[in-house]
Amino acid sequence: MTALVLLEHDGRTIKQPARSAVAAARKLGEVHVLVAGEGIGAVAEAAAKLPGVAKVIAADAPAYAHGLAEPLADLLVALAPGYTHLLAAATASGKNVMPRVAALLDVQPISDISAVVDADTFVRPIYAGNALATVKSADAKKVITVRATGFDPVAADGGSAPIAPAPAISTPEISRFVSAELSKSERPELTAARIIISGGRGMQSGENFHLLDAIADKLHAAVGASRAAVDAGFVPNDYQVGQTGKIVAPELYVAVGISGAIQHLAGMKDSKVIVAINKDEEAPIFQVADYGLVADLFKALPELSLALENLS
Amino acid sequence: MKLLVPVKRVVDYNVKVRVRSDGGGVETAGVKMSMNPFDEIAVEEAIRLKEKGLAEEIIAVSLGVAACAETLRTALAMGADRGILVETDAELQPLAVAKLLKAIVAKEEPKLVILGKQAIDDDMNATGQMLAALLGWPQGTFASRLLIEDGRALVTREVDGGLETVSLALPAIVTTDLRLNEPRYASLPNIMKARKKPIETLTPAALGVDPAPRLTVLKTTEPPRRQAGVRVGSVAELVDKLKNEAKVI
Repeated sequence: MTALVLLEHDGRTIKQPARSAVAAARKLGEVHVLVAGEGIGAVAEAAAKLPGVAKVIAADAPAYAHGLAEPLADLLVALAPGYTHLLAAATASGKNVMPRVAALLDVQPISDISAVVDADTFVRPIYAGNALATVKSADAKKVITVRATGFDPVAADGGSAPIAPAPAISTPEISRFVSAELSKSERPELTAARIIISGGRGMQSGENFHLLDAIADKLHAAVGASRAAVDAGFVPNDYQVGQTGKIVAPELYVAVGISGAIQHLAGMKDSKVIVAINKDEEAPIFQVADYGLVADLFKALPELSLALENLS
Repeated sequence: MKLLVPVKRVVDYNVKVRVRSDGGGVETAGVKMSMNPFDEIAVEEAIRLKEKGLAEEIIAVSLGVAACAETLRTALAMGADRGILVETDAELQPLAVAKLLKAIVAKEEPKLVILGKQAIDDDMNATGQMLAALLGWPQGTFASRLLIEDGRALVTREVDGGLETVSLALPAIVTTDLRLNEPRYASLPNIMKARKKPIETLTPAALGVDPAPRLTVLKTTEPPRRQAGVRVGSVAELVDKLKNEAKVI
């Protein structure tokens, strides 16, 4: 059995969820990885160093420059005959591409797996993580997206795999990249951060998120938000942690002014340590918090910021 | 142009689902069912396109048990023009749904299919992408903005680091994300009017599709529960615990 992992990258480095997808693939057999993009030599070199990777396939062409689903899916389908399993991390990119691949192969995709039972059987959360389904696939080939928090990422170094070019294929140009507006931040990405501090409706405004920023800077943390805060327009959607946003499991998750709706808990309840700061002592978030502080966040956050400053 | 909007009947967003004690799925008996929230956003977006004069007709389609007709009525009350119910008691997985929708697309020839990005029951996030693949159409998933101009769809997408805009040749598939719009509530007169709007009933067999599931659910279990921890009395105590007990800062 050989698995092929579509390795997500930003043109320079491999994304951490992609290393978790490699970890999941290693439970299935030999692992090859596909690096697609334009000018991706350095990423392919980095991919070759991932432990457990036996081969890197590099697809360096303008068609792959922006990760459009249509050409990427056609490329994966062209490579598919050599593999029993095709995987990607369950990120916005993986979720965009892999179901398209599955349909082209007449396969039912297995989305967002959190565990590998055997080559045909996987565990995946359903109903916002309120239930775990163990599913067995009858398809000859499996197309899978991997919930990164379910698998410790492989190290960035340790392997030395050969790099081979991908076959050239052509896709009709039915879609075109126009532009991207990516949040610029010196902070770690939500899905890779060791510490996350998130704000909810209780923050009352987008401006008040600077209270979280101040603490995030001291802890080298990422800043997240609940869906309520996104819906209220406080912060962009890419901050969203939850069923319909990002799934995270950092070592420390600090929920501030977040009541703890099921849909939010779905995105963070696997965090190692959870802290809740909320003035409502009945808030459901306290039922999952390791440390709960019933307090007005507008008093508690400046105090916390100061305390962390004194600590360092 | 014609718009096609698939709508799914799911356990209501506000229901706390419970795993059945026999491990055979979650309890759905006597549970409130509603239209999948992302599909409401899809219906709303279609109505807005029609209101702007960019579409002539909106066809809502639902697949599943007879009660899916209620979900179609909701779409009709919001403003869809007619409904198609593909009725079956069989379990439908996204591959089968995509094949059934492909057959309906062949029949109705819409220029745009707008779907919710994900159903909140199986959380698969797959049907739109799969339908696009089967039709050979481009896809604009996780849309937060949709413009139709010069015979193309300009779709702004929610991606991990922010936003991305793609331009798609029509016909195309769009899947909706949260910020695309705020769905309207159906007014009482519109709910009354919806009762008279036509719903056509079809079957998978009539559409020539074998809907057999490819995934078998072996068991359904409750996730491990987190225990509530302790309350701390002050910020100072919190910092002390995080540093000396949990050792995470």
